[in-house]
Amino acid sequence: MRTDQRAERALGALAVIVLLLIAAMAVTVFGKAWPSFSHNGLSWFGSGGDVDTQLRAMEQASPLAGHSLYYFRAWPLLWGTLVTTVLAVVIALVVSILAAVFLTEFAPATMRRTLDPVIRLLAAVPSVIYGLIGILAIAPYINDHLISNARKASVGYVVQLNGADVATATVILAVMITPIMVALIAAALATVPRSWREGSAALGVNRWRTIIRVSLRTARPAIVAATVLATARALGEAIMLSMVSGGRGFAANPLDGITFLFEPVRPLAATIVQNAEGLTIPVLAHTIYAVAAVLLVSAAMLSLAGWAAKQPLKRYGIRA
Amino acid sequence: MATSQPPVGTLAPAGLAVVRPRRQSTASWPLIDRVGYWLCWATGIALCAIALGIVLFMLIKGISYLQPSLFVHSPSPSVRQSEAGGFFDPILGTFILTALGIAIAAPAGVAIAAWLSEYARPRALARAVESAIEMIGGVPSVVLAIFGLLVFSQGFLGFLSQRAANGAVYGRSFFGAGVIMAVLALPLIVGATREGLAQVPDHMREAAYALGKTRASCIRHVLLPAIRPSIASGVVLGMGRIVGDTAIVTILVGVTLQNEAVGNVPVIGTLRGTGSTLTSYVYTNSPAGEGNAPQKAYAAAFVLLMIVLLLNALVTRLTGANERTGGRRRLAGLRALARSAWTR
Repeated sequence: MRTDQRAERALGALAVIVLLLIAAMAVTVFGKAWPSFSHNGLSWFGSGGDVDTQLRAMEQASPLAGHSLYYFRAWPLLWGTLVTTVLAVVIALVVSILAAVFLTEFAPATMRRTLDPVIRLLAAVPSVIYGLIGILAIAPYINDHLISNARKASVGYVVQLNGADVATATVILAVMITPIMVALIAAALATVPRSWREGSAALGVNRWRTIIRVSLRTARPAIVAATVLATARALGEAIMLSMVSGGRGFAANPLDGITFLFEPVRPLAATIVQNAEGLTIPVLAHTIYAVAAVLLVSAAMLSLAGWAAKQPLKRYGIRA
Repeated sequence: MATSQPPVGTLAPAGLAVVRPRRQSTASWPLIDRVGYWLCWATGIALCAIALGIVLFMLIKGISYLQPSLFVHSPSPSVRQSEAGGFFDPILGTFILTALGIAIAAPAGVAIAAWLSEYARPRALARAVESAIEMIGGVPSVVLAIFGLLVFSQGFLGFLSQRAANGAVYGRSFFGAGVIMAVLALPLIVGATREGLAQVPDHMREAAYALGKTRASCIRHVLLPAIRPSIASGVVLGMGRIVGDTAIVTILVGVTLQNEAVGNVPVIGTLRGTGSTLTSYVYTNSPAGEGNAPQKAYAAAFVLLMIVLLLNALVTRLTGANERTGGRRRLAGLRALARSAWTR
């Protein structure tokens, strides 16, 4: 019995280390980030000037005229994250609902057997390979064929268009997050009680309407949960985005119409990767850790939202 | 209508005479419903096309730039691609990091899962640990990476990496990256193990207790052997995550393409040193990195993709073995993906 108690203690202690890890992460990242937040206040999140110039000033330890060395306005980065994440999630949501319906309702057996490994494959491809394809194949194509010289000239005075842009980043990001959404939504659709659908069919409703009105409505909590999960993944994607999003801290302007899609951005996570070499420079490091702190808080919020979204699923006996 | 109805009594067993089409025809549907139906088909085909496109593209590029010599030569800094060497060091680096990460994450993950599923006392603590693991799964790997950099550049951890002349600790090493990789893989292993433990029927536990086994002995000698395929699939999923991760490598290991040992001790020296893995090699050689040698990047990416697909096939096999005993095999891969998605 003594050994049993010891085993319980040992295993429990190991589990508690995980808690300590999360606490340590929050404390150290916020501790390191604090100088950047305290010097800039809430305007840290606002806009003002070019982020890249500000980061370079920190790197060279030469403050911008009229500002302290800590001067940093992260809006272009936040905007880049927001644009890529929201657009990608919206695209992925539509695609994955259609794909999940197809898989569970319409696909013939052969198609189903093909799609199953295909979606697994899309989920398994490492982000650096997506990035490589994006930067070596898709971005040059967009640059050569989809962006006219007139369009490049129209915004040439603020930013150069070269094919690594919002559109490329969003489309690839959508491909990356679609598989998990399809998997989660399909799993939920498969658990909709057969009798509910048959009830609808017995009332003379055709299959499509039955899917929309009964199956998808029943699976709504799973769709919400899948969206939250996919958002978290899109938010944290760093490598692919740093390769194909244009790598410039530029707040792409939606008022530019179609040109907006061809403007470069740089989300938060990609900013960390691209400035990782400068982490030995104290002020720059504080700023980069501040960026990380924002990501950490967002991830925690999404984790919470995911937990909340999962609660109704337990009612239907879907494992969560 | 009445004339077409057969007289009552001619239908012997009800339902036999009624021949229903296997699939309802869409011809009678309103236009908008039919558009939806065809959109579903289009999406399914498009996903297949994208996957096929990725695989074919990488296959063509990979085969055209891959040479056997790339596997045995170390990378060397050179402007010309023909003199830039191969990716022997990155492959070794991938191997080292995966081994290190799994060596830490597998025992820790299984132990935590066993505690969560079999003990979980006090209840509040168990709930907290559960959500902490879920939260770790949701933290972006870049954030994990720079957190790791912060931890491993503390003075007292200097023995894990290298010290500069002024006593500052560098913080970048295979050791540090391995530990952070373990954190990355942990939620997957915990998730898979708990999944397995939940499926073990209670009578196995009861039989063990009836024979006088303690809880700990029951876990060690009855439960863990019974769920070996689940643990294995968790480990392979974790390996896939580690092999495919780039952010942690570029921040915590990969400043140099060659593996540079610290000190003279053979293995420890390499682990304390910096280097690269296949992912960071691809990243550095892409136009986004400093190397800009696309041919090398394609070749390495092809090797990386093959490794990942191999691991993926392994997971399918392992979970497939699980599913078969459960009796249902429909969309096995997707269901495995859905389960692992929750525990990322």
